Amino acid sequence: MNIKVDRLSKLYGSQFAVNNISFEVKSGEILGFLGPNGAGKTTTMKIITCFMAPSEGDVRMGEYSILTDAETLKKRIGYLPENNPLYLDMPVIEYLAFSAAIQGVAPAQVKPRIKEMVRLCGLDKEKHKNIGELSKGYRQRVGLAQAMIHDPDVLILDEPTTGLDPNQIVEIRELIRELGKEKTVIFSTHILPEVEATCNRVIIINDGKIVADGAPSELRKQASGAEVSKLKIEDGNPTDVLQKLRSIETAALVDFDGRTFTFESKKGETSRRQIFQLCVQNNWVLTELSPIERDLEEVFRNVTMG
Amino acid sequence: MNKIMVIAQRELGTFFDSLIAYILLVVFLGFSGFFTWLYGSDVFLSGQASIQPFFSVAYWTLFFFIPALTMKMFAEEKNTGTIELLLTKAVTDRQIILGKFTACLLLVLIAISFSLPWYFIVWWLGPVDHGAVWCGYLGLLLMSSAYIGIGLFASSITNSQIVAFLLSLLIGIFFLILFQVLANSMSGILSSIFDYLSISTHFESMSRGVIDTKNVFYFLSIAGICLAATEAILSRRKIME
Repeated sequence: MNIKVDRLSKLYGSQFAVNNISFEVKSGEILGFLGPNGAGKTTTMKIITCFMAPSEGDVRMGEYSILTDAETLKKRIGYLPENNPLYLDMPVIEYLAFSAAIQGVAPAQVKPRIKEMVRLCGLDKEKHKNIGELSKGYRQRVGLAQAMIHDPDVLILDEPTTGLDPNQIVEIRELIRELGKEKTVIFSTHILPEVEATCNRVIIINDGKIVADGAPSELRKQASGAEVSKLKIEDGNPTDVLQKLRSIETAALVDFDGRTFTFESKKGETSRRQIFQLCVQNNWVLTELSPIERDLEEVFRNVTMG
Repeated sequence: MNKIMVIAQRELGTFFDSLIAYILLVVFLGFSGFFTWLYGSDVFLSGQASIQPFFSVAYWTLFFFIPALTMKMFAEEKNTGTIELLLTKAVTDRQIILGKFTACLLLVLIAISFSLPWYFIVWWLGPVDHGAVWCGYLGLLLMSSAYIGIGLFASSITNSQIVAFLLSLLIGIFFLILFQVLANSMSGILSSIFDYLSISTHFESMSRGVIDTKNVFYFLSIAGICLAATEAILSRRKIME
């Protein structure tokens, strides 16, 4: 199901939590929703999942609107809220059965669906434990399982990987990627590598407004203007080296931090050959020359600060 | 209807999983039994084959028992955030409220049905006015629905279970005592309004065996008004929060 967010605003008192944002997500797309804390990610998700009503604007999924068809939509949405609230005193299996029943899964389908979710989320060993006894990673999996138990078309995941260890993060990301093939997935995070690893599209939101929208690679390209390299040069006097590096025509900015040099070329220029030749001429040993990739981190900082 | 039962079943299961149900059942039956059979104006003192003493005690024990059941209903869910999960499932706010209401009412039903053996014992002791007994039980259930309504409402306006508990006792005490006191200290139309609002007026006539639709309407309307208020509170998230 396509999601169309149309001029959505949400006011808390006199402050805009979400300010007139519009975007569209297509079926089979994984949208990463990125932004600093308090940017309006969670609020937007709460509105999409029909938990809150917007102050203005509308969200449409397929031919349904959250304003008028909340009951129909809720059946089609799977939601993992922030901090993954669960009934800690319930056993995993019972909780999943409850979620299935309340989401209107046909009684005959409940058992197979639970089995499928237990397998998909790797809960087999823990399925008879109370949720309260599970580690954070397993709770997160229960949260995902309950969100998907009714096979929703749309999955809204609010910071699904917080509190997980690196192995679990990788697993959850893989799961999301797998799911994203046939469903519409929106997930929020403030961890940037996560977005690059999982999403085919990113929206960066700040102060309730969309500040960037595109594929992760596109956004990275936007940010990378100049070539930056990290250099390690041995057998030379650092001040001498620094001076000579600065004299290269294409150099824009050269810096030395005591161990490595950072060399930024002028926009659109490359200077790696000259650096190499300079070292050869002066009999210096170039032990490292590595390009510093402009990553999303930088895009993020650029668009959310100042 | 189905969804209401799903929620009621879960809530009831939680009561029994968490010992709350057992503790409350023991306390309820212990107190009621003590005052019905052993102390004060008990069955032996009155010398009549009647479980009227049980009804007058249950009138008070339920007053404490029910807020203890209802206090966690919304307050806990709001505190832990599970309310968000519940409200974004394919259920309406009303179904959730009615489900929780049903769970509480069922637990009260279980509790007071454990007192049925007392009724049979009294029956064995002497001639019992069966109509009055059943009518009294109906009265207890109706009064419980009113208390549960008040309790759910109190639970819906706070995140803290203790506040919810105290608040429902506070609201309850008005219906239980204060309206009666006000009615006695005033005259004319105000007196009759407060007299009408007082639970004791309605419960006493029921426990004596009089089913008056006015009394039934009274209890159900308290429950109804409170549940509607709870729904209004829940739907407030859609406007502000």
